[in-house]
Amino acid sequence: MHLFKRRWMSRAGAVALAAGVALAGWVAPAAHAQQPIKIGFSMALTGGLAGAGKAALIAMEIWRDDVNKKGGLLGRPVQLVYYDDATQPASVPGLYTKLLEVDKVDLVVSAYGTNLIAPAMPIVMRKKLVFPALFGLGANEEFKYDRYFQIMPAGPEPKTDWSKGFFDLAMEQNPKPKTVAIVAADAEFALNAAAGARTNAQKLKLQIVYDKTYPPATTDFTPIVRAIQATNPDIVYVGSYPPDSVGMVKAAHEVGLKTKMFGGGMVGLQFAAIQKNLGPLLNGIVNYDFWVPEPTLKFPGIEEFLAKYQAVAKDKGVDPLGHYLPPWAYAYLEVLGQSVQATKSLDQGKLAAHMHKTTFDTVVGKVKFGKNGEWAQTRTLQVQFRDVAPDNLEQFAGPGKRIVLYPKEWKSGNIVYPYKQ
Amino acid sequence: MFSADLLANAVVAGLLLGGFYAAVAIGLAIVFGQLDIVNIAHPAFIIVGAYTAYILNSRFGFDPVLIGVAAAPIFFFAGAAIYRVYYAAFERTGQESLSGLAFFFGVMFIIEVVLILVYGVDYRLVQADYIGQSWRIGFVDFPLRMLVPFIVAVTLTAGVYAYLSRTFTGRAIQAVAQDRLALQLMGANPIRIKQWAFGLGIATAAIAGALLIIIGPVEPSVGRQYIGRVFAIVVLGGMGSISGMFIAALILGLVESVVATFMGPSWAPAVAFGVLLLTLALRPAGLFGR
Repeated sequence: MHLFKRRWMSRAGAVALAAGVALAGWVAPAAHAQQPIKIGFSMALTGGLAGAGKAALIAMEIWRDDVNKKGGLLGRPVQLVYYDDATQPASVPGLYTKLLEVDKVDLVVSAYGTNLIAPAMPIVMRKKLVFPALFGLGANEEFKYDRYFQIMPAGPEPKTDWSKGFFDLAMEQNPKPKTVAIVAADAEFALNAAAGARTNAQKLKLQIVYDKTYPPATTDFTPIVRAIQATNPDIVYVGSYPPDSVGMVKAAHEVGLKTKMFGGGMVGLQFAAIQKNLGPLLNGIVNYDFWVPEPTLKFPGIEEFLAKYQAVAKDKGVDPLGHYLPPWAYAYLEVLGQSVQATKSLDQGKLAAHMHKTTFDTVVGKVKFGKNGEWAQTRTLQVQFRDVAPDNLEQFAGPGKRIVLYPKEWKSGNIVYPYKQ
Repeated sequence: MFSADLLANAVVAGLLLGGFYAAVAIGLAIVFGQLDIVNIAHPAFIIVGAYTAYILNSRFGFDPVLIGVAAAPIFFFAGAAIYRVYYAAFERTGQESLSGLAFFFGVMFIIEVVLILVYGVDYRLVQADYIGQSWRIGFVDFPLRMLVPFIVAVTLTAGVYAYLSRTFTGRAIQAVAQDRLALQLMGANPIRIKQWAFGLGIATAAIAGALLIIIGPVEPSVGRQYIGRVFAIVVLGGMGSISGMFIAALILGLVESVVATFMGPSWAPAVAFGVLLLTLALRPAGLFGR
């Protein structure tokens, strides 16, 4: 009797289970429409590049919230899935593998920085994923991947376009400079920048009188600046990361560096905390930048974005103004999101094709990619610091302190030459 | 490109840098050089010192060096407390070498992560009137940003040296490394002595941190750049010798500076550590080692 009852119950259970599974299968497609679209990436939230990485993440979360407020992408909410790569290139392949195999993200974007973008390339290439990238200098030169899209406006030949403006400005002066000193940190980005500077100098028949690199953990830059001074260069091009940029500027001031143009590829001089601390030591330096609050660069949406960013960033130990990386972190997701909406799909091939042929409207203006995924036309600004007062952060919130000298379309003032201290 | 002016300035810059390296290494010279405690977290404590200087300097405008000196007693007590834990967990049971090292690795990571959680990862800098100024004597420049840390470092080293050789506790610290049992027979408690020494080592980190942030920007992971250098300086100077450590620090700074000026900065660490290896090959106990 018991046996019969148990077998009957187990059969009833099996039928109920089967019915439940069938029902779930029928109901599931409707629920799937609410499943989020996952965008995966690693970001430097600790380590040397974390200052900008954390700021970028804030911008990306603002984009996600903006998009979700308008109904998401393809009617589905957007979810960011990310991990801290700690500015360690070796951790990137593992993180992207996890994002793709375990978290099963629908789309990927890159980490911040040349050193952190390159290690992810083989993985995204193998899976043929579209790969919007955030500030990598020449990261695609060797790979030549056709689904790589770099939001940094270096230009079609990134290594040389990066410093072209600096050298073009120098050669416009009278008398023309004859000698150049090139110094760079021993790190991927700075070496690429120095290589481009070297090419530009050789093209312009400038004599390179100093061409050396330094270990990134260098404490004192006075011997380096002094050695540069001993060669009497007309212009000095530096490729450096934030702590070395500060060291070089302070050392240049202490040594009394006499040259006609100084700057070029110094990362860090765009960060609010460093600008405030260096203050007047910055005056006269001509350095790269991508967006400054000058009247020629008032793109639609940029001011609202910065207001949102500044409200969130206030007590987070990140750049309080957010002029350097955040607008571009917002834009590289804008480009991806707009492509998804336009092609109405998550198909990587369709997205890539769309991104190649479209001119996007973003908070950083019109964005158009060339064949190699770099910008079709350079918008690497050369900016000169002017009238900077000591210990004042608010002065950088508005125009007048970072004058755009190059390219001509975005120029907001003329160069003060030669470099005076 | 070689000139007397360039050489003189390179030498001076190297000595000033070396003085700073001495301030960074002196805590480890006491703790590792004399007590054989592998405190790999020492640079992390220096970063805490740097942040202390940053917080009080940015809020109240106090001079960073004064903040470092004022914070030293607090760091002393923190160091003593940490030694207590280390002793109870590892030294007493004789497991100090590997487990103790793991303990200090853990301390280092905890310090770094707490700093990141509380202060974020943006670079921090301090303001002081003398940062950016430079004195000139003949054709030699003395940037105050490097000169002030040098003077403080020399004073600190001299003070520690005098303390260790003149006071009872100081001599007891030197003694406990040599012969612990004999020290007990002399009526001193070796555990309390070592606790005092460890506290002293961490107290120097408060001052070294203030000097570090005067010289350049600091963020939580900067400490890792100094781990290699501090251990190299202590070993090169000879375990247990403060004066040896100071000379070694000056040599390291000097070699880095002269090589950076005349050969190229990328050679500086290689040559500097080459000098260390050569010295150890010729004098395995270090310059003034026992």
